[in-house]
Amino acid sequence: MKFFTTQHRALGVLYLLLALAAVAIGTLLSLVMRIHRVWPDTPLPFLGVMKPEDYLALVTMHGTLMIFFVLTIAPQIGFASLVLPEQIGARSMAFPRLNAAAFWIATVALLVLLSASFVPKGAPISGWTSYPPLSAIPAAGPGEGAGMDFWLASIGLFCVSSWLAAVNILATILGERRAGMTWSRLPMTVWAWLVTSILTLLVFAVLLAAIVLLFSDRHFGSSFFVPAGDLINGRIVGRGDGSPLLWLHLFWFFGHPEVYIAVLPGMGLATSLFANFGHRRVPGYRIMAAMLVAIGLLGLVVWGHHMFVSGMNPYAGTAFALTTMAIAVPSTVEVLGWLTMLWGGGLQLKTPMLFALGFLSFFIAGGLTGPILAQPALDAYLHNTFFVVAHFHMVMAMAGCFSIFAGIYYWFPLMTGRLMNETLGKLHFWLSIIGAWGTFFPMHFSGLAGEPRHYERLTGPATSFSGIVANERGITSAALFLAAAQLIFLWNIFASARRGRIAPPNPWQATTLEWSPGDANGRIDRGPYEYEIAVNEMKFFPQWERASKQE
Amino acid sequence: MPAMLIEAFCIAQSPLWMPPDGSLHGLAVDRLMRWNLVAICICFLAAHLWLIVALVCRKRRVEVPDFGPRINTAINKGLQPRDFSQYLRWTLLAALCAMYVWMAVTAQHLWAQSRYAGPSLEAMQVEVVGEQFQWYFRYPGADAAFGSTRPNLVDATAGNPLGIDSHDARGRDDVVSSALVLPAGREIDLRLRSLDVIHGFFVPGMRLKENAVPGLVLHVHFTPTVPGTYPILCSQLCGLGHERMQAVLSVVSPAEFESWLATREHARAEQTAP
Repeated sequence: MKFFTTQHRALGVLYLLLALAAVAIGTLLSLVMRIHRVWPDTPLPFLGVMKPEDYLALVTMHGTLMIFFVLTIAPQIGFASLVLPEQIGARSMAFPRLNAAAFWIATVALLVLLSASFVPKGAPISGWTSYPPLSAIPAAGPGEGAGMDFWLASIGLFCVSSWLAAVNILATILGERRAGMTWSRLPMTVWAWLVTSILTLLVFAVLLAAIVLLFSDRHFGSSFFVPAGDLINGRIVGRGDGSPLLWLHLFWFFGHPEVYIAVLPGMGLATSLFANFGHRRVPGYRIMAAMLVAIGLLGLVVWGHHMFVSGMNPYAGTAFALTTMAIAVPSTVEVLGWLTMLWGGGLQLKTPMLFALGFLSFFIAGGLTGPILAQPALDAYLHNTFFVVAHFHMVMAMAGCFSIFAGIYYWFPLMTGRLMNETLGKLHFWLSIIGAWGTFFPMHFSGLAGEPRHYERLTGPATSFSGIVANERGITSAALFLAAAQLIFLWNIFASARRGRIAPPNPWQATTLEWSPGDANGRIDRGPYEYEIAVNEMKFFPQWERASKQE
Repeated sequence: MPAMLIEAFCIAQSPLWMPPDGSLHGLAVDRLMRWNLVAICICFLAAHLWLIVALVCRKRRVEVPDFGPRINTAINKGLQPRDFSQYLRWTLLAALCAMYVWMAVTAQHLWAQSRYAGPSLEAMQVEVVGEQFQWYFRYPGADAAFGSTRPNLVDATAGNPLGIDSHDARGRDDVVSSALVLPAGREIDLRLRSLDVIHGFFVPGMRLKENAVPGLVLHVHFTPTVPGTYPILCSQLCGLGHERMQAVLSVVSPAEFESWLATREHARAEQTAP
């Protein structure tokens, strides 16, 4: 495979490899965090006894790597580069060179981010949300000097990369569909990419602006986010009359839709897989597609639910609580749609299907705590506790990762011409789902007990949280187990890519166009999920076959 | 009956549950939290039961040609399987939407009570100031007014950690403490500030959380009812000492509080005497 390529499928593989590198590092960082939290005074190999700022640097890098370089890249541009053109009957992406440019910019962004760990005083400690003035004033903490500049440079580059990728996806979907590929014949993944690319265009632009403003506060003497008279480390640094809340608004206007950018492609993929491995049509296709759009649009007006206790006007809290609760409605329609698709027998539990079911399990579990956190009266207790950590790791991180796994197992034949090993795949699934539930479910209880996030140790001057120590140790053990289970996945990828079973054409009996055996050029006149079950016989009608010939 | 069982379960204090509530509004918060958790647990279990049954019964091959999901039981006689599943879906959706509306309305009611309205006029004012990595509490003294502060006067080693301006007469009787002591049964109006970065003022036992934001003065009000000590935490990442930034809230009887405050006011008067 050529490295400097503009071929979309090769770029898709490169994007996935980039995400794989990021997820490997991000996972290792989280393991160090988990071990340090329960044994804070035990020296770790190579690291010694970690300082509090080292823990916070790990938190920042873990969050940034996972959210930007894994959950934004893999499900959206990674999978879209891999199969989007074929799924809509195009020959390539609309702008192949733009796609390559976006990939290399993202790679540079990852390298810049990682190098933040090696500058004097290390990586930033202000978390992936980088609230000023902590992130605006180098004296506010170790890592807030050069480390923070590297972080800003990296995320600035990432914004540009995501923007280019989204322009490309949007142009491809709008302009490159083959004749007859109407809106109601699009696979559900394409609907998801359509929504995420629009979201990306809108919100990454705002994030880029916020980053430029923060950089300007740090270096050019402006004062967008630092209030007058702000006193840090004995020195008055507040020159103008900026407001930290401005950053929160700008950041979360990006930050909330970002969650949907991470999880909507998984929703589209799960719909496709349930149809494929259940051999049935998608009930209420138009409604399911419309609900994806509704989730995306509503996602733009809910950012204030991250700010109920930030000092925002309490009336605004009410407004944001109601818009947030409204998102539960389209999400419920989606979940009920999936649940009805699974009823009635005939499911084939291949590995991609298992991971799609795992996605559904986490989406339900993490989604249900959403309406609780959307109530300001309850959020005033749960905000920034481990309850929130449990919520977003279930609904975004685990649902997101399980959908990425499903996609990799499913589309692996398109990348390598081979199938991944089913036995190892199933083993990987069962160990992962046990490990993931064991890691993230108990976090709800630490959160209910009042344990805040970002604490490097449980015992402090006023509280010891001694009651949750056993719970925390269990979480750490489960996290180690979960990470170890991923070694099976790595082995399976590399072994199957070399020696896996050669995939037959259309190995999953799918109907969408990426599995088309030849370069058919005809007009599309079928829907994406035309399955029929007749007596003792399963029939399916791929989109690349003409309806007129069949009958 | 189920309500009583849940009450019994939750009040039996588990370390994996909210710490005992010591505030007036906390009772309603706890009740709301319990009902919400029960509601989502039921949804969660029902959805997963559905998933498991669907997986266990997946081998049952279908006999009739049909495009949609079906339910192979006798109850759908006269009702086409597709109609039935549509009917079930819309009913479930309506029920769940009703639940979301209930959640939104009850929670907003509570939120409005605690945050829309200000404190009563009799509420006692206390200022909470966060700085890396310490909480300070200022009581206004006999004049019930806080003296003005200036950041360039802040000097903890000289005994003026908040930068109280000595030219302002209102500040001469202000008492600054590193522990928060409050009388039980009286409404408290907290005035939250921060000197440097954003901090999060969090008292789990009072079901109370609000950020302290530099450049803003934010108010929250509550009534502590149960005497005892409660940890005060920082819930917003504020730097390398974030997890050390804790203090203690002591809720005491009004008489004890008066004597505690009088001692400090007396000491302060001696310190600022001309």
